Formats: sequence, structure tokens, C-alpha cells
Amino acid sequence: MRHFVIVGLLVITATLLAYLGLGVVGLLPEQASAQAVTIDWLFNLEIIVLSFLFSLITVPLLYSLVVFRKREGDETDAVHIEGNTRLEITWTVIPLVIVIAFSYLGALNLGEVRRVDPQALDVKVVGFQWGWSFSYPEYGLKSLSELYLPVNRQVLLKMESRDVIHSFYVPEFRMKQDLVPGQITELRVTPVEPGWYTLACAELCGQDHAAMRAPVVVVSREEFEAWIEQKQSEAAEASLSGPSADRGEEIYRQYCKACHSLDGSNGTGPTWRGLIGEKVRLDNGATLIGDEAYIRRSIMEPNAQVVEDFNPNVMPVFGLDELQIEDVIEFIKTLQ
Amino acid sequence: MKKFFSLGLVKGLVYQIIWTAIGAAFVTLIRWILVSRFGFEMKLFAFDRNNVFFTEPAWVVGGVFGVIAFMVGVGAVNDWVKWALGLETPAHPQDEPGWRGYFGPSVDHKVIGIQYTLTSLLLMSIGGAFALVFRTELTRSGLQFLDPNLYNTLMSLHGILMIVSILLGIAGAMNYLVPLLVGAPDMAFPRLNSFSFWIAVPAAVLLLSSLALGGFDTGWTGYPPLSVRAPLGMQMFFLGVFVAGWSSILGALNLIATVLRMRARGMTAFRMPIFVWTAMATSLISLTATQLIGLSFQLVMFERLLGMGFFNPAQGGNPILFQHLFWFYSHPAVYVFVLPGLGIISELLPVFVRKPLFGYKWVAMSSFGIALVGFLVWAHHMFASGMNEYLRVPFMYSTLLVAVPTGVKFFSWVATLWQGKIRTPTPMLFILAGIFVFLLGGLTGPPNATVSTDLHLHDTYFIVGHFHDTMFGGYIFPFFAAIYYWFPKATGRRLNETLGKLHFWLMTPAFIVLSLWMMRVGLLGMRRRIADYDAAMGFDLSHLIMTIAAYVIALSVLIFFVNLIISIRKGREATGNLWQSRSPEWQVPSPMPAHNYPEPIEIVGRPYDYGLEGSVYVKVGK
Repeated sequence: MRHFVIVGLLVITATLLAYLGLGVVGLLPEQASAQAVTIDWLFNLEIIVLSFLFSLITVPLLYSLVVFRKREGDETDAVHIEGNTRLEITWTVIPLVIVIAFSYLGALNLGEVRRVDPQALDVKVVGFQWGWSFSYPEYGLKSLSELYLPVNRQVLLKMESRDVIHSFYVPEFRMKQDLVPGQITELRVTPVEPGWYTLACAELCGQDHAAMRAPVVVVSREEFEAWIEQKQSEAAEASLSGPSADRGEEIYRQYCKACHSLDGSNGTGPTWRGLIGEKVRLDNGATLIGDEAYIRRSIMEPNAQVVEDFNPNVMPVFGLDELQIEDVIEFIKTLQ
Repeated sequence: MKKFFSLGLVKGLVYQIIWTAIGAAFVTLIRWILVSRFGFEMKLFAFDRNNVFFTEPAWVVGGVFGVIAFMVGVGAVNDWVKWALGLETPAHPQDEPGWRGYFGPSVDHKVIGIQYTLTSLLLMSIGGAFALVFRTELTRSGLQFLDPNLYNTLMSLHGILMIVSILLGIAGAMNYLVPLLVGAPDMAFPRLNSFSFWIAVPAAVLLLSSLALGGFDTGWTGYPPLSVRAPLGMQMFFLGVFVAGWSSILGALNLIATVLRMRARGMTAFRMPIFVWTAMATSLISLTATQLIGLSFQLVMFERLLGMGFFNPAQGGNPILFQHLFWFYSHPAVYVFVLPGLGIISELLPVFVRKPLFGYKWVAMSSFGIALVGFLVWAHHMFASGMNEYLRVPFMYSTLLVAVPTGVKFFSWVATLWQGKIRTPTPMLFILAGIFVFLLGGLTGPPNATVSTDLHLHDTYFIVGHFHDTMFGGYIFPFFAAIYYWFPKATGRRLNETLGKLHFWLMTPAFIVLSLWMMRVGLLGMRRRIADYDAAMGFDLSHLIMTIAAYVIALSVLIFFVNLIISIRKGREATGNLWQSRSPEWQVPSPMPAHNYPEPIEIVGRPYDYGLEGSVYVKVGK
């Protein structure tokens, strides 16, 4: 009996120490979304229960190792205790109840995380090897390289992938959602804390998976409106001024850089250096002279004319619009 | 030299290499005929950066030829061929004497058990070495000496080599122990047993060959569409796993037959040693689920080779379908990996505590509980995958349910220790560490099971830490315990205790530090499977600590190998019942003779009645 009392007290102490200790260490990143607050509530509840279960097993284990050690010179066996059916039923049924309770709480918590706000801001997210692009259909903005979000307004991210599976993950938002080719997946986030965060791909997607990141900026409503206006006027200017090599270079950095070099070395795709006017040997044995039409077709139908020694089905269709394609061609023209 | 080439293993490998080339040349010849005679447009040879000389279809067919040739070369199918031709074979084939016997197709379950174990240790060393390489790369942020492609390949190979190593390790333990524990002279199908072991060898060769054939950057999960675009090494990986699956399936079949049909007189179900229960549960999973990983990989192989768009949305396929097929095996597989280890824990605890296993029947049934529930939880790997959202809730319930039978094991182990007379030689130390580390792995499971918290944890280092805890606690620690415990049974000598304790006291703290730090950076948002991390996240120090811990683990395993080599020649002789066990194999002198028990044994009591005056479990002889 004495043993049980001591162990009981030690279990309670250890539970408190484990829970408080983990709290001091600090386990999770900043809470930057309404969903993170909800999810962290469940985390906290689980850490309490797990601290208790951890102590419940390790304390009697360590206690036994100290107290029930074989004494020097004692070669006899210990007491013959085969088991105890009541005890076995107890430690089957109680965990079962806990498990069902947690499943129920987990389902409620998930429901809370997915709560729909009909006023949510629609943002289209596109993932590709190895980068991101963001569009704001409400404001007519396309292919931006940063994700700007207004604080305290739910955002509905509609996500698609151009090539392989990627995953949208911002640790401070506490959630991830895969981007799957051939379907649109959704994630709802309500940012609550202005600041700079990093979006990173969480599903292994090939060579430069580690570097597939994009900035996420949460700003006040006013700053968001101002940013939208600025982007809109930039877009309007671009459509008036005709093709621009500078904008082409920006598109290159966002979409093309991972596979196409500018210095003559071949990567996953052929280099862009000296593309115009050079002879190109294709996979099927044909040859052609690099010109605007060839570049345009390669962007829109990447598998139509594959260069020799490169693999088809690797380059995605990025869905660039007419102006962007002209910008890119303009940029390639400068690379002679 | 001639003697060297007559070794089964060497002959098999030579055959495999030659016939891989012949198979590839054969396909190339057919393609040449199609091109020159029938005007097909296709490549005959490939010289781009991913492929080596032959085209992908040629390599794949060559790989299949190579596996078959290996099995012929090593001699694992000799008897069957002779029977098919109507020739006689000896009823009790003799191995070559001495160490040469271990390099040929023996049918003795003890030899095969040791062959499995040594192959497993070899693959574990290679897989561990790969881990050290990329662990070193991760010491600091920024790329140091690996390019991302090589990093991804090494990381992927580490995963699959360790998995195959674990499968071979548990097969080794089950092969060696189960016939001894049930009192059988051998496994039910000795030649099939030999076949099951040997087919794992060309499979391992295929897996390793992927390193030379462009590698693969998908992780061991091989999700399409990424795996459809990966280099040629991907196909060698798929083929290697496919072939290794045969080893699992046939081995499991053999083991089930042995346990069902060859138990000693008097050994009713609830008088079986607990390890036999877990071996049964594990084998039932292997026998029925392994097909699914083979199938899913085969579908991707066909998608690559024949353009069948099973997982390509542009052709009406669905990438998520692959994940369902894959995890339908690969989740139960983790119970395949850990159940035998948990069985070893339950088997050895009573010996060192000198008390019966608390609640024997409950512990026995809990293994089947885990195996059964394990089949119903696979989609918890897919909470963020984009599958139908409502599916996440039932899978959360089923996943948390695994905690119940697992809890029964933990409570029973603690109750076994309670009021015992605990001895702590090296095997017992590894058992205790196994319990503690598996507890860490078990308790970090539920946060991954509840959907909303998993949305944060999924695909982070938290999962990596959790998984390594379950594998070390459920397999590595009990596996080492088993080697320290049964080494005298196999060799008649015991392993050096001082080196054993050194191994233990280096590995255990280092591993606990490593896994806890993995979970820590994971909780803070470090993604898994990345070649590099952002310095701004402030993880450099954590990674330095993890790398040091990894090297300490490697050092401890090196000490283990030194111990193995020294003790096999010079270890203290131990031919008797070294641990005062009640188990049948310890009632006869070590090393175990060729056909096990000189006379059939009889079971007359319960296995773990330590401390019960006058009780007997086994009667050897009349």
C-alpha cells in the first residue's frame, strides 16, 4: 500500500512538472490566425493528458527499477502474480473513454477550424516546381509573387498545382493543405496578427522542394487596399506600355529560373542563352530555328516540341497571359 | 578463386549482373527491330543525364531478368527444378561446413535466421551511413556539400533501406526463434523459407543500384506525379520494393503454417510463448497487406513504361488513389515492424523480473487488436491530402483507437515490473529503453491523430521524431536486446557485457536527445525532407545537437559490431541456461543442434510461471 501512495504522489508531481516544463520551453510558434487559437486549445488539452500518461508509466517504471531491484545474493524468483482481470478491464475501458472523448473533441475542433465566413476574400493560389503565384479575382490581379492578406478577414484559398503535389504551409497559421494536380483544394484562414510570415511547400516535390517558399504579408485593411490599388495601377500601366524585358525578367525569376539558366548551362530544361536564331534539335530528330513562335508554343504547349536529351511531361503550363508571354519573349531577346 | 566463385551468394550476384545486361540488350534488340523493320520512332539508347546507356524499359526488363537469374545462380530453386524434372533430391540437404554454409541456400531455419539477421545488419549500416551523410549536411543552414538531388536520393534510400532492413530483421528473429519456441524441428516449408530469404538479396541490390542510375527524389513514399517524372532510379526502387515484398509475403505464409501445424504436444494457443503470438499477428498483416504496396508501385511503373494514366488527371487518373493504395499497406506495415519487437519485450521481461507476464492473455490478444485496428487507419496519413473531407473524422476515431490495445501492453509491462526482483544485464537494459522510447513514440501519436492538430504537424520534423521513436522503441532496442539475449543460444558464447553496456549507455541518451530535438523543431514549423532550411528560423544549434547525437549512435553501433566480432571467437562460453529461462530452447545445451530438439518436447504448463513452486513448462525427452 505504501508503494502505491508514494507512486501516486510522484505521478501527480511528475505530471505537473512535465506540463509546466513543456510550457516553459514553449512548443509552438506564434499564433497568427484565428484557426491557430482554436487548434492550440486542443494542443494544450492533449499536452495535459499526455503529461499525465507519460508520468503514469514512467514513474512506476523507474520506481520499480529502484525499489524492486534484485538484492545482492538473492537468486530466488519474485512473487507469483499472474494478472488481474479487473485491472485489465479498467485500463482498457478508461483509455477507450478518453479516446472517444478526444475523437469527439477533435471533430468539434475541426468543425470550428473550418467555419465558413460567406464574406471571405477569394485568393487563387498556384503551386509549381518550385514556386508560388497568387491571384485576386475580386480585384482583377493575377500572378503575383507575394501573398498579401488583410488582418481579421477570412481568406478562402483556392489552390491548384501545375505539376506535382505541393502543400501550402504557414507554421504561424497552424494549417496545411495539399495542392493536387487536376483538382482545386481549399483552405480557410483568418489572419489575426499583422506581420511577415513565410509560406513553404510541405510536400516533397523534387529537387528544389526546400527552397519553394514565398512571403506572406498580413497588413491592416487600409494598407491592404493601398497595396491592391498600387498593384492595379502597375498592371494597367503594363498593358499600355507594351512588352517589357524588365517585367519578363521578373516572370523569369518567379516561374522559369528553377529549370532554365541564362548562362548557357543546361539544367532540368535547356538554357535560354542564345535561343533566338540558333538551331534547335528536337527529341523526334527534327530541327528548327529558334524564333518567337517556337518560344510561344513551348510556353503554351510544353510537350509539343521537346528539345533533344530533355524529358517531356516535365514543364508545366503556367497559364501566362498574352502580355506576360510577350514580356518573356522580350526578355529572351536580350539574352544573345 | 574458384572456391570463391562457387559460393552461392557470389554466383547469384554474378548471374544477376550478367542477366540484367542480357535482359536489357534483349529489349534493345526488339526495339531495334521495331525501329528498323517497322518504322517505329523510339530511342535505342539513352545518354542524357538521367539514364545510363540503356533506355528505361530495357533497364526494367533487365532488372526482372537479373532477379530470376540471381535465384537460379544462388541455387534457391534447385530442388524445385529437379522435382519438376522428376529427379530425386536428398530429404535432408546438408549445408557446406563452416562459414561457407551461410553463403549458400541452406534450408535450416537457424541458418536462415542468421542470414536474415546479418543481411539486416548490413543494410542497417548502409542506411545508417546514408543518414549520417545527410545529417552532416543539415548541421548548418545553407547547402554545404550535397546538391539537392543527391540529398533527396540519400534521404529516400535511407528510408527504404531501413524499412527493408527492419523487415529482414524481424524475419530473422521470427525464423530463428519461432520453430524453437514452438518445439518444431524446422519451418513448415524449408525450401520456401530459403527462397524467401534469398529473394530479398537481389531486391536490396536493385534498391542500391538506383543510386547509380540517377537516384530518385520522392522519398520512400513515391507519390505520383512526382515519381512519374523522377529519374530512372525510381524504377529500380519500385522493382526492388516489389521483389522484397515477395520475401515478406512468402515468409509470412511459412510462419503461419509453422505456428498452426507444428507446435509441440500440449502447446495450446494460450500456452504459446508471447513472441509467437506477435509473430502470428505480424505475419497475418504481411501476408494480406504487402500486395497493396507492390500493386501501387507496379501501377506507377506501368504509368511510366506504358503511358497508362492511373494517377494522371489529364488521362482521367487520380493522384490521391495512389496514396490510398500505398498507405493501405504502409500503415499496417509499421505494426509489422513493431509487433515482434513488442513481443520480445513481453518475452524477456518475465525472465529478468522473475515474475509471470502480467495479464498474459490480454497481452496476447492486444497484438491482434493492434493488427486489426491497424488495417482501418491508413487515411490518417492523408488528412491534408485533399481526399474527401468527411473521411477525416472516422479515420480520427479509428486511429485513436490504436491507443487502447497499445495501452494494455504498457500497463501490463509496468505491472510485470512491479514487485519483481529486477536484474539488469545488457538485454534487460535494452528492453527497458525500448519501453521508454516506445512510450515517447506512442504518446506523440495522438496529436497526429486528431485532425486539426495534425494539420500543423503533418510533414514536419515532429512526424520524423515520432516515427523514429516508434521504430527505435518498437524495433531497434528490442532487436538489440534479442541479439544480446539469444547470441549464446546461436553460438555457445556470450557477448561481452562491458562493451554491451557501453553500447547501451551511448546509444540510449543520444537517441532520446535526437528524437526529442526532431520533435521540437518540427513543432516550431521545420518541414521534413528538406535539403536546406532557412537560417532565419534559428534551427542551426538544434541541428548541430542532432548531428552530434547521430554520430554518437553510429559510434555505439560500431562498438556493437566490434563486440560481435570479438565475442564470436573469444566470448565467454555459455552453453547452459544462461538466463534461467523457462522457455524450451534454453532447456537444451547451446549452440542448438541441427534439427533442434533431440527428442520431441512436451508442454505441460504455462510459459511464465516464475515464482510458482514446482511448476514446469516444458518436458524435454521422455
